[in-house]
Amino acid sequence: MTLLDITNLSLRIGTHEILKEVSLSVEAGEIVAITGESGSGKSMTAFSAMGLLPETATTSGGISLSGTDLLAQSEAQMCDLRGQAIGMVFQEPMTALNPVKTIGDQVMETILIHKALPPDQARARARELLDRVGLPADRFPLGRFPHELSGGQRQRVVIAMAIALRPKLLIADEPTTALDVTTQAQILELLRDLVREFDMGLMIITHDLAVVADLADRIVVMRHGEVVETGATQTLLHNMRHPYTKMLFAASNHQVTLPEPPAPQPLLEVKGAVRDYALPRESLFAKPGHFRAVKDVSFTLYCGERLGLVGESGCGKSTLTRAILGLEPLQSGEIRLDGMKITTTQNPEIRRRMQVVFQDPFGSFNPRHRVERLITEPFYTLTDPPTGSARSDLIAETLRAVGLQPEDSQKYVHQFSGGQRQRIAIARALITRPELILFDEAVSALDVSVRAQILDLLAELCEAYGLSYLFISHDLSVVRTITDRCLVMQKGEIVEAAATEEIFANPKHPYTRALIAAAPQLPELEQGAA
Amino acid sequence: MLRYALKRGFSLIISLAVASLVIFFVIEIAPGDPASFMLGINAEPDTVAALRAELGLDQGKLQRYLAWVGGMLQGDFGMSYTYRTPVAGMIADRMWVSLPLALYALTLSTLIAFPAGIYAAARRGKAGDMAVMGATQLGVAVPNFWFAMILVLVFAINLRWFGAGGFAGWDDGIGTALHSLTLPAIALALPQAAILARVMRSALLDILGEDFMRTARAKGLTRRQALWRHGLRNAMIPVLTIIGLQFSFLLAGAIIIEQVFFLPGLGRLVFQAISSRDLIVVESVVMILVFAVITVNFLVDLAYALVDPRLRSRT
Repeated sequence: MTLLDITNLSLRIGTHEILKEVSLSVEAGEIVAITGESGSGKSMTAFSAMGLLPETATTSGGISLSGTDLLAQSEAQMCDLRGQAIGMVFQEPMTALNPVKTIGDQVMETILIHKALPPDQARARARELLDRVGLPADRFPLGRFPHELSGGQRQRVVIAMAIALRPKLLIADEPTTALDVTTQAQILELLRDLVREFDMGLMIITHDLAVVADLADRIVVMRHGEVVETGATQTLLHNMRHPYTKMLFAASNHQVTLPEPPAPQPLLEVKGAVRDYALPRESLFAKPGHFRAVKDVSFTLYCGERLGLVGESGCGKSTLTRAILGLEPLQSGEIRLDGMKITTTQNPEIRRRMQVVFQDPFGSFNPRHRVERLITEPFYTLTDPPTGSARSDLIAETLRAVGLQPEDSQKYVHQFSGGQRQRIAIARALITRPELILFDEAVSALDVSVRAQILDLLAELCEAYGLSYLFISHDLSVVRTITDRCLVMQKGEIVEAAATEEIFANPKHPYTRALIAAAPQLPELEQGAA
Repeated sequence: MLRYALKRGFSLIISLAVASLVIFFVIEIAPGDPASFMLGINAEPDTVAALRAELGLDQGKLQRYLAWVGGMLQGDFGMSYTYRTPVAGMIADRMWVSLPLALYALTLSTLIAFPAGIYAAARRGKAGDMAVMGATQLGVAVPNFWFAMILVLVFAINLRWFGAGGFAGWDDGIGTALHSLTLPAIALALPQAAILARVMRSALLDILGEDFMRTARAKGLTRRQALWRHGLRNAMIPVLTIIGLQFSFLLAGAIIIEQVFFLPGLGRLVFQAISSRDLIVVESVVMILVFAVITVNFLVDLAYALVDPRLRSRT
């Protein structure tokens, strides 16, 4: 019998149609990946199976787990099934655990709430589970609190809770999206092993097609609440039928062609940069210790060069970015832009010549200002900002350059999609014609198809304006296509710096090698789609 | 945890020292001569001089400050100018009314607010929530002396369950004393309970949206179990903050209620001392209240650490 069988599931929340006639199934011991872009209804499909939908939701169709109709179960019956027959792992390990309870208590709770074992045995079982997910007793006693654990370790605790009663079905909603590549690889490995060991069915929801291709036995592609294509992984990868599937895979492997950089002429020079953060005092009279986030970093970015900076979270790349922007002081070393020393005192000249685009296209704009005002903010740095028609011409030209319309200048940001907002952010960075732009994870929050468009836009802008930029990202595949040269950062140090292709083809430092090995790769597919 | 407590304790001492300095210098140094202020405009010069000598105003400022602080540390708050009795005794007498009243009111307020807030949060947007929120709106809006008068009308004058005012004292047993404090405690507690219930509700609603609550539900906990086991303790931080503030307020802010019920509490003492310009009493009572507020904050800080392990480990 099929383990999980979803047939013609439709879901509305209020008047909003979320899912339309979704059908999919998961067999015991099978890994089924549901993929698609944001708003495709992937997570809602999972929550439907868990019976954890908002109260205003109405469903039709059927969801059966080993023959039990889940939609017909009462809330009390669903509570019995959750945790026991279906386990779930969530996206955000940092917030998925109760901060005031020990990890032991939280793992035990799954067992105790279902009265599966008496407390003392539940404790022993919790210990075994934590051992199993890779949190050994000597370093991770049951009395640890979540805040004492890293993101990857917390996700292991969440997994231990989800598998505590050996559910037949495990649902994982973007389980590795918030994690670094090396941690992601370990968590995926763990999930795969657990599926084999327990003969569980795993329904994994992810937007990352490389993860999908690597892990899943079967793939379900969703879009706008509908399943557009489904099939065994290998078959589907090599014989995509639906244009959306083709577009999705093409976009996630999107390559751009950058123009040749001009002859090297230093633009941004970082020499021996050191950035320390003070730690809380150990005792009242002790000198406060410090944490060295950036350790003696030196590099040069040349005019017209597209430089990448990769590394995992906590490696110091954001700190370095803030120091380059002059937002934080250095404890030693110096940073110069075209010979001018960058300090934390505001220098309009430097600010005009160096702009930044941040990760979050939703949080980086004042929602009460019109686009016109938002993108002309950098005019504050100009001694003689354009006025009248010169100003409106420049606004129109800049909006056109990023693929928007001049009329858009009168709109507010909430009228734009995430990708369009990131275009506005680029317009804001571009309007003073800076020599250098810092892209801080600028495409990380975007869906693959939108990301592909933004990457195209960057390539076009490089052609049109001879852009130089520092592209900071944790996503190796993006850095590979959008930069000429790449720096790899680990624990505050630059461990490798070389031409991007050279780094990917022939990584020298063990850390670079580990990073590249851990990043899931899309298999070579026949291009020519979409 | 011990380290955290020591650190908090250290900052408690610093706060007290700073507060004593501020109070001393504001009252003693600020404009004019305390002695002539206390005696009024028409005082004879030799009376003023006598009072100056009695207050030790002819000595240096630092000396006087040290004498004042040193005295307080030994329980000597000086003599009241108006009543000619030791201030320490006066404060102690009043404390025996104010402290139990504040604790009584706080207990009542918590007992009302917790269930009301939890109930409203669990039924967000439904009739029960609206009813509780409506009631708390009323509770916040209506001043406590009005409640006091209504309570007197209903329970003292009509039903005759309680006396209309006065304090029975502790000599006839705890029951009698508490009985005479009941109406004022209720009058004080109602507005506080309304505020606390609203804080409790919104803190819980914030927590209900947290990821770990969803995790708890995914484990098989019912809505109610998730609320009790995971929600409540996390919601305690803002609630504890408000409870701490409310206690400080109840201790000193009950002047009107003390007037309505003829209770010899600290609030009335300050009020009378200010009207009769008895600076020695004012100074001491203010210091005692500051001490109480800072101590309560210290206890709230310790309670935070009990609730939240993240504070414990951050030394």
